Amino acid sequence: MKDRSYQAVTARKNEIMKASMGIDYDEFIITPIAFDYEKMMHKAGYPLDEIFSIQRQTKVADTPLFELTGITKELRKHCAPGMGARIFLKDEAANASGSFKARRASVSVFEAQKRGYAGVVAATSGNYGAAVASQAAQRGLKCIILQEVFDSRGMGQPEILEKGRKCEAYGAEVLQLSVGPELFYYLLLTLEETGFFNASLYTPFGIAGVETLGYELVEQVRSRIGKDPDVVMVTHAGGGNVTGTARGVAKAGAVNVKIHGASVDLSGLHMASDRDFNRKSFTTGHTGFGIPFATWPDRVDVPRNAARPLRYLDGYHLVSQGEVFFVTQLLAVLEGIERGPAGNTSLAAAISMARDMRDDQVIVVQETEYTGAGKHPTAQLSFARNNGIIVRTGDPADNKPGEVIVIPEHLGQIRAREYPLSELRSSYLKNVLRIFPDYVFTEKDYAFLAEELRMSVEGVTREMASLASHL
Amino acid sequence: MGEKVKAGTFVRIEQILLQPSERAPKIPDDTAKVPYMLWINGFLTADGETGNEVEIKSLIGRKHSGKLVRVNPAYGHDFGEPVAELLRINPRQEKSGKGGVL
Repeated sequence: MKDRSYQAVTARKNEIMKASMGIDYDEFIITPIAFDYEKMMHKAGYPLDEIFSIQRQTKVADTPLFELTGITKELRKHCAPGMGARIFLKDEAANASGSFKARRASVSVFEAQKRGYAGVVAATSGNYGAAVASQAAQRGLKCIILQEVFDSRGMGQPEILEKGRKCEAYGAEVLQLSVGPELFYYLLLTLEETGFFNASLYTPFGIAGVETLGYELVEQVRSRIGKDPDVVMVTHAGGGNVTGTARGVAKAGAVNVKIHGASVDLSGLHMASDRDFNRKSFTTGHTGFGIPFATWPDRVDVPRNAARPLRYLDGYHLVSQGEVFFVTQLLAVLEGIERGPAGNTSLAAAISMARDMRDDQVIVVQETEYTGAGKHPTAQLSFARNNGIIVRTGDPADNKPGEVIVIPEHLGQIRAREYPLSELRSSYLKNVLRIFPDYVFTEKDYAFLAEELRMSVEGVTREMASLASHL
Repeated sequence: MGEKVKAGTFVRIEQILLQPSERAPKIPDDTAKVPYMLWINGFLTADGETGNEVEIKSLIGRKHSGKLVRVNPAYGHDFGEPVAELLRINPRQEKSGKGGVL
């Protein structure tokens, strides 16, 4: 029997990954830093029309686009004359399993079936688990989902408990784990013991699956109002939603559309802390994923992450937990639909941004997710109160992650904070210098980093020299 | 003495995967001092007793062993309590563009 210790299993990472995915990443790697991203997306992915046909086999894609006329009308009362963009919403909750993650899971599970794997494994506490389980159920594959659920008191976030229930409803085996980064260790062990396919969130299959979302929304806006949207607002966590959507928008030929990302601000809470784990009221769409994944995408369970958000983001915005809960309720009372809450992060940021756009402009909120027991503002705010968090009405500027959730008093108070992309780029380069301390950078590395960060080669070189001198 | 549980009952088992000393390096202190744990639900393969080591068959037919901790583990999550701060939100009730709170 193989050694099951933490060190031994993580040392076998590369061989386990290779066997569980059938992608040879060596083919795309140029240097320890640089790799051929487009070649990887092309060789390991599928063309858009094939993805549509794969997705339509399993109740994914072709989701409705709604105009949020009620919210737009109320918002304009808080805008200067002639301002207040039209807000549209892509109702991704209509996918099998209730979120856009079905797009991401669909191609991976199809690939697993095609390659003859008996089952699929994914490590996720979010909607992705339910999506993989639902897709596996439709393709007759076994499914194992690993979730980080309980703190050392045995307490679990209601939102995660709901996802566990949903996975079981689809016939999956759910491995519920306590708080810690060792989730990855146990994922490796599970892949090794079962020989199942690694339905990682970060493979080219997963990202290619999201491209249909960007493509569809452009086509829908065009057919509705005869022009392209001005802005697409995307909830940003691991980077796949931004990357896939932006690539799909580009494939629709909508070259002038700006792609903006939004995350819930959870600064100050440590993601691997047993205590902090249940002091947050969002389990995804937050800065605890958004910033680390933007500034070093390759921190994942695959050798090279296909989600590279800084290649696509035109802006990045932070909203508070209270603002997202507020807009979730707004969606119910003004638009008559209950969705989210986590998926409404982008709705909060879009409402904020729409105020500063002209009333003939269009902003698209590109996803919703299903709502239900546990996964609902009242469930999550009740849980927060039971964990000693103060919930009150007031000025959203007074939000303090892990301590106070402030629900705004009125729509005019929804104000996202812009997080400068220049800071994200700078953090990315700092991470490169930290991870490769003695590395001699070549032209290929600078060219890769320039592409990755949408900077000039000279810009990258200059910034790295300046950062290195301060290290 | 634990509760006797019949074979075929849907239960939850618990395993300690890593003792605190075996955990990953560089994790926060509060996390590092507790063991890394796993819980799995499945059907008991033979009569057992809560608190004892048992074997289960998961929903995909895999067998796992561990300490029997729950019988018919409940989905305890719900919609929580009404949150007045949310229920007061309704811009159409606002008198003057400000103060959505009823």
